[in-house]
This record gives sequence, structure tokens and C-alpha cells, in this order.
Amino acid sequence: MKFGIVTFPGSNCDYDAFHAVTEILGEEAVYLWHKDHDLQGSDVIILPGGFSYGDYLRAGAIARFSPIMQEVIAHAKSGAPVIGICNGFQIACEAGLLPGALMRNSSLQFVSAEVGIRVETADTLFTNLYEVGEVLRVPVAHGEGRFVATEDVLDGLEGDGRVIFRYADAHGNITADANPNGAERNIAGISARAATCWE
Amino acid sequence: MAKFRIAVHITPRKGLLDPQGKAVGDALRTLGFKAVKDVHVGRYIIVETDAYDAIAAEETVTEMCRKLLANPVTEDFDIESAVPA
Repeated sequence: MKFGIVTFPGSNCDYDAFHAVTEILGEEAVYLWHKDHDLQGSDVIILPGGFSYGDYLRAGAIARFSPIMQEVIAHAKSGAPVIGICNGFQIACEAGLLPGALMRNSSLQFVSAEVGIRVETADTLFTNLYEVGEVLRVPVAHGEGRFVATEDVLDGLEGDGRVIFRYADAHGNITADANPNGAERNIAGISARAATCWE
Repeated sequence: MAKFRIAVHITPRKGLLDPQGKAVGDALRTLGFKAVKDVHVGRYIIVETDAYDAIAAEETVTEMCRKLLANPVTEDFDIESAVPA
């Protein structure tokens, strides 16, 4: 399987993604430049973390209009997998691939920490080796990670099983203290309707 | 075609938690401005554009707000009348 990792001006986790794909998964990976129109035959697209376009206007708002994003959006709409991590999650929301938006952390502080996230569904391409209820320890570093959406959208995400991860303590309890950014309902990761796109 | 300038105000959607506005409000009260009820921090954007007339310029900028300048999930926008630039 071939992974295409998009590099925007300001991306800084594209090398991490490349390392994870090639060294951990042992799969093929290529970098895709934001000005290109060619996904180079990639099966899976990764929108990596970073500060694309310096977070100007809003995080992810400008990256969404990069030439490569036309192909990425078409790829996602065809049902093929796209993963947005960190800034990639912000870009996916701005591009309309995912509902909602990511706003300034409620603490107003940039959070760089290891946090717990509880697996809410194993029924996706990216979480099917986890068990529901399992708590993962993952590093986060963000200033705008507070997921928000209207109550209707939040209810819809939960009703459809599209909430993939929630911030949780070590025992899997969903608490305000375990929420690093004030995200609605402790949401840390969601999927698109076709379950191919997530944080 | 003539050149117009339009100012755009973008503010956090009412009802959504606005931690930045709250922090600024708290600081103002600490400074002694005890009467401050609410503060919201947004963005002020000035767009200069060519258009046939002021109405066309305002329509174009409204479209810009919908597509890029404001996030439809979290922000409200308000545009001022177009003035010749």
C-alpha cells in the first residue's frame, strides 16, 4: 500500500508521518508537494501536523486552497482513505471533509503534553487493531484543538458512531481534567460519513 | 470598473465559548474597568477590489467571507459599505 504525505509550507510532522509509514508499518511512502496536482498513485493520503501557511487567518484555512487539496478532496469523496492529524485535522475541517471546526484552546494556552485518548470505535480502517475502551497515550502539541460543532452535528456524530477518540484519564473516564483543550464532549478524533477520514 | 475598499468585521459566533474575549474582559476588570460586561475579540480585514459599483463590490466581499474569510461554523461576519479607494 502506498501512502502520500502532503507537505504544505509550514508542515513539520511530514517527516514523522514518513517515518511511521516506512519504518513502523513497512509500507511505501512519498511526499506530495502542496503545489502539485498529482497524488502519484497513493492509496492513502496523510495530511500531517504543523503550521501550514503560518496558521494565517485560521489554522488550516489557507492550506485548504492548495492545488493538491483538489485531488485530496476528490480522493476522499471517491471513498479512498485520507487521514488528517493535528493541523491535518484542522485542514480537513476547513475543507469540509469533516464537520465542525477547531478553535482556540479554552485555557488560551498552547498545550504540549502526553494525553490519554479512549478508543470509541474499532470499526474504521485506522483503528481496527485497537479495542473499544482501550486508552492510548499520545503526544499532543496544539493551540487550536478545541473541537466544536452544533449540538445537532455532535448528536449526529455520536449517533452514527463517528466519534473515534475521546480524551480520557488513565482509567478511561471521560473527565474535564483529561480534556486538554475544552473540546466538546471530549472529542479528539472523528470520521467522515464514509469512515475514511479522521484526526 | 472602479476600485473600492470594504472593511470586514469577523467575530466569534455568539453563544460559543470565546476564551480570548473572556481573558481580555477579565484583564480590563482587573485594570479597574469594573463596568465591563462582555468582550469579544475578532478580526478586522480590509479588502480593496475592482468592481462595477459599490453593490457589486459588497456582494463579492460577502462571497469572500462565506468562502474563506470567516469560518461558517464558528464565526459571524459583518461588512461595511464599500467606499471608493
